[in-house]
Amino acid sequence: MDTYDSAGLTPRQRASSGLKDYFVGVTPLQKRLESVRRQNSFFPTPSRRKILQCSQLQEDVDPHKVAFLLHKQWTIYSLTPLYKFSYTNLKEYSRLLSAFIAAEKQKGLAVEVGEDFNIKVIFSTLLGVKGTQRDPEAFLIQILSKSQSSHEHREDKVLWTGWFCCVSGDSLLETVSEDFTCLPLFLANGAESNTALIGTWFQKTFDCYFSPLAISAFNLSWMAAMWTACKMDGYLATTEFFWSVPCSPQSLDISYAIHPEDAKALWDSVHKTPGEVTQEEVDLFMDCLCSHFHRHFKIHLSATRLVRVSTSVASAHTDGKIKVTSSSN
Amino acid sequence: MSTQRATKNSQVRTRISQGSNSFQTSLSSWEVKQKSSGSKLNSSMEDSKHPDDQPEDDLQRAVKYFEKGPMKTLRSKDKILEKHLKTVENVAWKNGLTPEAIDILLNVALSGKFGNAVNMRMLKYMIPATLISEDSVVKAVSWLCVGKCSGNTKVLFYRWLVAMFDFIDHKKQIGLLYGFFFASLQDDALCPYVCHLLYLLTKKENVKPFRVRKLLDLQTKIGMQPHLQALLSLYKFFAPTLISVSLPARRKIYFKKSENPWASALHAVRLRNQGPFPEPLKLALGPVNVRFLRRKCNSHSIIPVVNSGSYAKEGGEKKMNLSDCLGGSSSLPLEQLQSFPQLLQNIHCLELPSQMGSVLNNSILLHYVNCVRDESILLRFYYWLSQTLQEEYIWYKMKNCEEGKEFINFLDTVIRAECFLQEGFYSCEAFLYKSLPLWDGFSCRSQFLQLVAWIPFSSFSEVKPLLFDHLAPLFFTSTIYFKCSVLQSLKEMLQNWLLQLSVDTYMQPMTSSPLETTLGGSMNSVSNLIDYVGWMSTIAMRLESNSTFLLHFILDFYEKVCDIYVNYNLPLVVLLPPVIFHSALLSLDASILNQLCYIMHRYHNNLAAAKKKELLQKAKSEFNFSSKTCKEFNHYLTVMVGCLWTSKPFEKGDYFDPQVLEKTGMAEYKHSLNLVHHPSLLSYAASFLLQESPEERTISMSSIRGKKWNCYLDYLFSEGFQGLKLFRTSSIRCSSVSQS
Repeated sequence: MDTYDSAGLTPRQRASSGLKDYFVGVTPLQKRLESVRRQNSFFPTPSRRKILQCSQLQEDVDPHKVAFLLHKQWTIYSLTPLYKFSYTNLKEYSRLLSAFIAAEKQKGLAVEVGEDFNIKVIFSTLLGVKGTQRDPEAFLIQILSKSQSSHEHREDKVLWTGWFCCVSGDSLLETVSEDFTCLPLFLANGAESNTALIGTWFQKTFDCYFSPLAISAFNLSWMAAMWTACKMDGYLATTEFFWSVPCSPQSLDISYAIHPEDAKALWDSVHKTPGEVTQEEVDLFMDCLCSHFHRHFKIHLSATRLVRVSTSVASAHTDGKIKVTSSSN
Repeated sequence: MSTQRATKNSQVRTRISQGSNSFQTSLSSWEVKQKSSGSKLNSSMEDSKHPDDQPEDDLQRAVKYFEKGPMKTLRSKDKILEKHLKTVENVAWKNGLTPEAIDILLNVALSGKFGNAVNMRMLKYMIPATLISEDSVVKAVSWLCVGKCSGNTKVLFYRWLVAMFDFIDHKKQIGLLYGFFFASLQDDALCPYVCHLLYLLTKKENVKPFRVRKLLDLQTKIGMQPHLQALLSLYKFFAPTLISVSLPARRKIYFKKSENPWASALHAVRLRNQGPFPEPLKLALGPVNVRFLRRKCNSHSIIPVVNSGSYAKEGGEKKMNLSDCLGGSSSLPLEQLQSFPQLLQNIHCLELPSQMGSVLNNSILLHYVNCVRDESILLRFYYWLSQTLQEEYIWYKMKNCEEGKEFINFLDTVIRAECFLQEGFYSCEAFLYKSLPLWDGFSCRSQFLQLVAWIPFSSFSEVKPLLFDHLAPLFFTSTIYFKCSVLQSLKEMLQNWLLQLSVDTYMQPMTSSPLETTLGGSMNSVSNLIDYVGWMSTIAMRLESNSTFLLHFILDFYEKVCDIYVNYNLPLVVLLPPVIFHSALLSLDASILNQLCYIMHRYHNNLAAAKKKELLQKAKSEFNFSSKTCKEFNHYLTVMVGCLWTSKPFEKGDYFDPQVLEKTGMAEYKHSLNLVHHPSLLSYAASFLLQESPEERTISMSSIRGKKWNCYLDYLFSEGFQGLKLFRTSSIRCSSVSQS
């Protein structure tokens, strides 16, 4: 029950959980998960969001590593908290994971736990990639192939990259006890078979569960609005939207590209409240774009489905693929 | 010494001959199977237009030939042998051999019936079609003790075993032979291959000090060989404290794989075993690659296999002291947990599963999870179940074919676990709340409704917007069968809530005041639930035009409701709504009337018990059964007695205006609802009269009165109207007098 206290409950709640403790053995499984159930109360999606001050991210971040994360297409997954994960054991994890991968790749042949196969796994922390002070540190996994034959290529080739992070997970952290590390977002780049292998290892080792995270059209429009609002210096890519018309046998895609400055101007005219973005503003922004399209092509985009958004800052696809191109944001 | 060995040998031999007897029977069954599989093969190969009967038969003949052994009288022996060898070889390389064929051929190859060269050749084509059964391997190993096969054959056999290691279906018994294999290390020729095999077999518990000593001795004898080094380093990994010699930290390869004669065949087998994985259909709508992770991670089932969690522990804190190795206080791996007494003995030193989801399939572990006090275990289970349910449901909705069954099976397993533990999981509750708004009321209906029944108790005001506001529209717009199943599961839900609450109140000391207020609150929730179901059933009765079938389910629900006070010792009495009462009273179905009588009887008992307790505790009890409830019950009672017994229906009620009834033109309306004339009982009355006087041509219903009335009642009771009987004993005091 100590863990309840660390989660920062109000005194009244603590008293009640104390009483619950008294009756352990009555219906134990549930009684002790009251905290979880409280979390279940369903919040409606917030109608307004604060624009994050990413000072944390700016301060102690390693620019080299961040650059490494940019310009890559990431497939995103959501992840349940990792059980008994420890930042002090990263080296050990590298060793075990590489052994696991090697074992899976050549089933039937003996594999030594150590470094005698031509792949290498590196765990490292990504300092500063987090939203608030309380968020756990993000970490990165790289799988490198050690090129044995070619001597001119001393540089190891990166086969697969994945990183785990938690950004402003306060509401999630509240219910997580100290045995768990809550890094709800996992981003992977590389062969899917590798992602699956590493996923298996994590699920077995830390009893977590990966599930692909789809980005709904609703969230895509939020992203479009927020990214349009970002100030960009230097290269500007066109702001592009993809709508998909579900029809058989082949679906029809509508691409809608506008100049980023036009998009920005539109957003500025819509955006009223400084410091936060409201649902109404996002809706209005998208409505304006759609009605403009309708005026020219007589197609109601609102009847179709938004599947991809790409701006100078980043692009995102509804099936959970995301790519960030600008470092400053 | 030698005699001893001889007897041992003969023992082995008898064991083996017994074994071969059993092959004989198994072979015959195999032949049948072969035929059927052969015909299957045919049909699949028809398009390539190669009638494959011939090779199949040849194979069988060849196998039979090998099993019988060479016939010494035949001169053309070699030719036939060569022919059969060729046949088997071809099949083996093309399609692989069935586990049964491997069993027989392996036995032949190692028994030394044929020459050394033949044995070697046979071993070389021992390629499985899919798997190799563990038994065959164990039998084969037992041949090694007999000393019938040459050193070369032994070497080849060990190499074969290493190469095929992954295709052996189980490894438990082979693991038990660890000591035997270890002893074979002494043979110089075998040593490298045995090392490799041991390397694959070794588990933590196999690492023993005496084995370490032996290995080190061997090392001083033959020098630092790579294979030995591999095994030593593995031992060192498991038990760093036992091995103090330093081993070279890095070494490329311990075991060469190039000289493996089965390499190409193995590749083919592996491809075959994987099977043609159909690419998931690409759908225009929705995320496409949703499930690749799961599909690849746990290709067998949604629920992970039980694996003790030593993995993470070793990774985390690599501590293992000598005493652990010597088996002082080692913990019990979950794989070995078989029975409940075993759980009780080892409950303090169980290694928890590495994936908590695996407990779902294991009732012993469910017991353990149910009583363990560690919150993190529950959290792990909760996280896993929540995510799995959600993702599988998305997948289920995208693909409705085979995968659908998998999800339904998974839900069934979850429901079984809930029934086993007699409590619902929060993950399931959350899953229901998320998916009910989108539910079509059709897919996985029975599973969803069962999950509804297991929703843990919570305040009704919380549950209503999440559950009932979505369930009610489906309820009203769906068929009568759906309505009935919803009512059924709501009945179960009520029962589960009541059980949970009654256990809670039983456990809590009656003095603590804050909990009593919560009890009051929970009673309120229960009564709200009952009211809500009452409202739903009232409307449903109208929608389904007073269907008897539906009414049965509604009364089933009220059968639970009427007994809350007595059965669950909870201070609550809620009556059934008037519409339901009257529908049941005026129903055309006799069993409904009987059920209503039973419910009224139970209400009577509950109210009487509550009243009695109230008198005992005087004014102290805070749960005053409102006099309104009592009044209403009395009213129902008067109506019932008035209708069924005294033939004075609806005299005091304000529900019906007597004039309206008179207007119907029924002169005798007053009698028309008594036990004789009640529409549902009329046929009983008639058959009663016919029984009394079979030769009568015209029967007069009104003749049933006075003494005959009592006979008639007895007749009804004998026909199964137990509810009516109970109702009479509890509610009618002077039945014989009241009837004129």
